This record gives sequence, structure tokens and C-alpha cells, in this order.
Amino acid sequence: MSVQALTFLIVGLSFALYIGIAIWSRAGSTKDFYVAGGGVPPVMNGMATAADWMSAASFISMAGIISFVGYDGSVYLMGWTGGYVLLALCMAPYLRKFGKFTVPDFIGERYYSQTARVVAVVCAIFICFTYIAGQMRGVGVVFSRFLEVEVDTGVYIGMAVVFFYAVLGGMKGITYTQVAQYCVLIFAFMVPAIFISVMMTGHVIPQIGFGSTVVDAAGNDTGVYLLEKLDGLQTQLGFNEYTEGSKSTIDVFAITAALMVGTAGLPHVIVRFFTVPRVKDARTSAGWALVFIAVLYTTVPAVSVFSRVNMIETINGPDGKGVAHETAPDWIKNWERTGLIKWNDKNGDGLMYYGKGKIDDTSTNEMKIDNDIIVLATPEIADLPAWVIALVAAGGLAAALSTSAGLLLVISTSVSHDLLKKNFLPDISDKKELMYARTAAAVGIVIAGYFGINPPGFVAAVVAFAFGLAASSLFPAIVMGIFSKRMNKEGAIAGMVLGLGFTASYIIYFKFINPAANVPDNWLFGISPEGIGMVGMIINFVVAVVVSKMTADVPEEVQQMVDSIRFPKGAGEASGH
Amino acid sequence: MGFDSNEKALSYWRENLRLVLGLLAVWFAVSYGCGIVFADALNGIHFMGFKLGFWFAQQGSIYVFVALIFIYAYKANALDKKYNVHED
Repeated sequence: MSVQALTFLIVGLSFALYIGIAIWSRAGSTKDFYVAGGGVPPVMNGMATAADWMSAASFISMAGIISFVGYDGSVYLMGWTGGYVLLALCMAPYLRKFGKFTVPDFIGERYYSQTARVVAVVCAIFICFTYIAGQMRGVGVVFSRFLEVEVDTGVYIGMAVVFFYAVLGGMKGITYTQVAQYCVLIFAFMVPAIFISVMMTGHVIPQIGFGSTVVDAAGNDTGVYLLEKLDGLQTQLGFNEYTEGSKSTIDVFAITAALMVGTAGLPHVIVRFFTVPRVKDARTSAGWALVFIAVLYTTVPAVSVFSRVNMIETINGPDGKGVAHETAPDWIKNWERTGLIKWNDKNGDGLMYYGKGKIDDTSTNEMKIDNDIIVLATPEIADLPAWVIALVAAGGLAAALSTSAGLLLVISTSVSHDLLKKNFLPDISDKKELMYARTAAAVGIVIAGYFGINPPGFVAAVVAFAFGLAASSLFPAIVMGIFSKRMNKEGAIAGMVLGLGFTASYIIYFKFINPAANVPDNWLFGISPEGIGMVGMIINFVVAVVVSKMTADVPEEVQQMVDSIRFPKGAGEASGH
Repeated sequence: MGFDSNEKALSYWRENLRLVLGLLAVWFAVSYGCGIVFADALNGIHFMGFKLGFWFAQQGSIYVFVALIFIYAYKANALDKKYNVHED
């Protein structure tokens, strides 16, 4: 069977599985729709959280980015895992005890203010749309390369599938589908990683393999450490050493912090901890989520190193002078067709050469290689069997679909529950609310699909936005709401508005108004727009504390509510009323 | 109120804060400390074929994060039992 037929078969089977699960677990009430009835076992919830969290970017792009920036890529690895420690220790158990459906629910009630609730809703919706546009694009890219359909058609198919199980199943359908999607995506990521690790270092475990010595084609140990070899290659080609990186320490620090805190403030992650039966389960569930995430996140840096070495050697050849384009392996030609690899024979010698610099400047570099192909091309680079390639396609789709569904749910909940039920239409029945939730999810899919087909050029730039926003607005408000009984609505709102305002202005200035000025010399304390959320968070905390000291005390009943969320006893199921 | 007395509630919360802050100190030390601020210094040491600072940044810190959450879950559950505020 050809690669393409196999891909159709495996992707088709995985889609049939997701839809089957959705029909089996469809939602009957708003409680099913919002929090899966509050009865998901912690290990399963952990797995679903992991699938929800690991997006098309984690699966497809991250290994590629790290492959190109080396040590600097650590910000993503630590930032997108360390946030779970904050979630588990400072948020999840208390929010579970609080026992409502959404993040704006908590902010609105804790700060006894509709204004605070609306600020939280706006943040949540903005963050989710930012994110989901990228997912639909990921679906389109996978379809176009592996199934050779138009990117647009790919996006339509993806929309239809997500529509089916998110609108029908709500959180319940999504959670059980995500469990299946986690299994597909992790299997798809690990198989090529293990193959390539064995090939290059003789180790079955990639996490150990990339620290080991290289074996040659005949399987003999060469005694050269892989990372030392890579550092050597990098220096030769004019790059920084792979293990050293080039960002300043303060910027690495700030970006890691902004991503960690942002992770802990993302509404689609927080809401997962409303779905478990008990406070105890919220604690362990966060642990399981991180275990399942860590399997991928510790393999990613290994894949980055393997593919970097492989790629340099394939293009520049064993002598480092370049390989003739005519004799280039098939994967280079396959990806050239998609425009994600480009070759510009500057010196006209017919040889490909990869080095430092851009493809169209005066440097010796003749290759442009897109981040996104590193993972997708790994099985081809390593000459793995066709079914592995098909599997990677299904894995990339699973990652994109699971994340989109989780995000859509937050969007629909924010609209039907936080805006309509809690603001404009307090008297609607459960059935009506459920209908609004489904409608909102459907509208959300259409908008997401539109951005997938017509991607705004600023998708990459707005990702910094999503994390900066979450870090500088939602995270401090939630943490202070739990850990300080004195924090009042004036303090919280002032903190959110100023933290958010500062972060947003900084990012908008450097990313949109004056991108030319986006260089380290102009940055505040040398912190890039990606890391500025850390400063925004500090501003939020400071402003909130100062303002709360000068304004009225927190009402007695709210103080009692804070007391009651601080211990588990008496936690009922999550409820909306 | 789930506690026998206000003193109990207060000391439960203090113990909880001590637990959380202790674990967060480790969280900070492995990631921001070993993985970022002291990474260059630690890179002089080799560990299983890795430079140690690089290993902490791309591997070690993640393993520690996982361990921290489970330690927290275990200890927090024990604390609930001690003060009799666990769920049924």
C-alpha cells in the first residue's frame, strides 16, 4: 500500500474512533456539557488535560524550534511544564472546592463584581481565539502534505470533525475523545523518536540516547558524544554552540517565567480541574497531567538534537562541503514541493550547503528549512516504514483537534454561562443554556476555521499575547483570591487592568507599531515582548496590594467563602447554582 | 466550618503554606537556578554525557516538577487527615 493510502486509512480510523466516542458519551445537561458531570477519574482527566494542552505547536513545531535554537529552546520546555506545579500547588484544589464551572465564575464571585467577571470573560475569549487559529492551520498543513488535499479542504474536514464531537458531546465528549487522542499522539511521537535514537546512538530511550555516544552505520560505537559532535558542527558553520544558546540570561529567565505563569492562568487548562469528583483528585490529576505531558516534553529535545545532526549531515555531506542537489534524498524534494524547504544555489555549483545566514543574502547558506517540518519529516529522514509516516500525520491531527475542542468549549462556556446566564439572561432554563452553549461552540468553529483558511500574518506574534495576558491578568487575580482574604475588588480590578494594560502596550508597540525597534537595546531591562508578561504580573501584584490597602474591606460573606475553599471537606460536585 | 476551632483552622493553613512554599523553593531552584542562572557554571560538570546546566534546563527540571506535584498531593492529603478535613 502506498504511503498516501496508508495515511488515509490510519487517519480515517482515528477519526471514526473519535466520532464513535463522541456518540457514546454525548452530553445531556449543562453540567455534562461544562464539566463532564464532574465525574472524570483523575488519571483519565490527566490524560485528557495532556492532550488538551499539547497543541499542534507542541507536536509539530516545538522540536523544530528547539532544533534551530538549542539551549534557548529550554524556555518552552520548562515554561510549559513548570506551570503545572503552580497549578497543582496554588490553584487546582482550591478552585475545585469552590465548585463552579468557569474561571470568570470564580473571579466574579470572589471579587463580588460583575466588572471583574466581564474582564475575565474577555481575557478568556481572547486567549482562546488566539490559540485556536493556530490549531486549525496545523490541521490544514498536515492534510496538505500527507493527504495531498488543499490546505482549505483540510481545514474544512478538521472543522467538521471538531464540530461533531465538541458540539454534541461538550466537555464529556471532549474529555473521552481526548483520552483517545492522547494515546494516538504520544504513540505517533514516540515511535519515530525511538527508531531514530536506536539508529544514531543504539539506545532505546531517546532521553538517554541524546546524551550518549554516536554509533556509525555498521553499529560500532565511535566514542564521540552526540552533543559534543553537534556543538562542533554548529561552531564550524558559524552558529553558537547548541548547548549554550544566544539569548541573555535575564531574557531566558523572563520568558520562562511568563510562560509558566501564563500556563497556570490559561482558562482551558484550569477548567479541567473542575471535572474531577474530589479535591484530592484535583491534586493528583495535575500530577498525572504532567506525567503524560513530560513523556512528550522530555522526548522533544532528544528529537531536536537527532534531527539537527541528521539534517546538517544530509545537506552538507560527510565532508561538510555540500551534497549535490540531484542526489538529494526524497524527503528534501517532497518538502520542496510544499515550499517549506527552499534551495537557492548561490554559487551555482549544484551543491546544497547549510550554514549561518539567510537564503537570499550574501552568506554561504543556501537552504531555507521551516521549523515545522522537523517532526513531520523525521520518519522520512530516518527512512522509517510508511506506516510510521501515516502515524505521525494522525498524531499531528490528534494534537490539533484535541486542543481546538478544549478551547472551543471555553469559548462556548464563556458566552452561554458567563455572559448570558450570569449577566444578560439570568432566568434561562438549563435546556436553553445548553442550546446557547452549542450554538456558541458552532459559531466558534466557524470563526476558527476562517482564521485557519485566511491566517492572519500575526499568528506567531499573538501567541506571546495569549501567555502575557494570562500571566498578567488571570493568574494574579486567582492566586490572590485564594491566598489573601484582604484582597478586595478595587485592588483586583486595578491590578488586572494595569498589569494587562502594561503587557499589552509593550507587546503591541514592539510587535505591531514599531517592529524595527524590537531589539535587545530598546527592551525594558533587556526583556523581550515574549517575556514581558513576568513584569506585567509583578505590576499586577504590586498595584493590587497597594490599592486594596487604601480601599474598603472585603465583605464578611466573601471572607467566609475564602475560608471554606481552603480545606477539602464538604466539596460537593461542581455546580452552576 | 470544618475545623474544631479557629486555632486549628489557622494552624492547618500555616502548615499548608509551609508545605507549598517549601516545594516552590525546590521548583524555583531546579528551573531558574540550575537551568538558567547557574547553567553556565554547571555546564562545566558532565552528567550522563550532558553538560549539567543544559540537562537541568531540558530534562532534569521536568522530572523534578512531576515529583513535586505527587509529593504535594501525598502530603496535602495527609495534612487533611491530620486535621480531619478530608473528604468522605
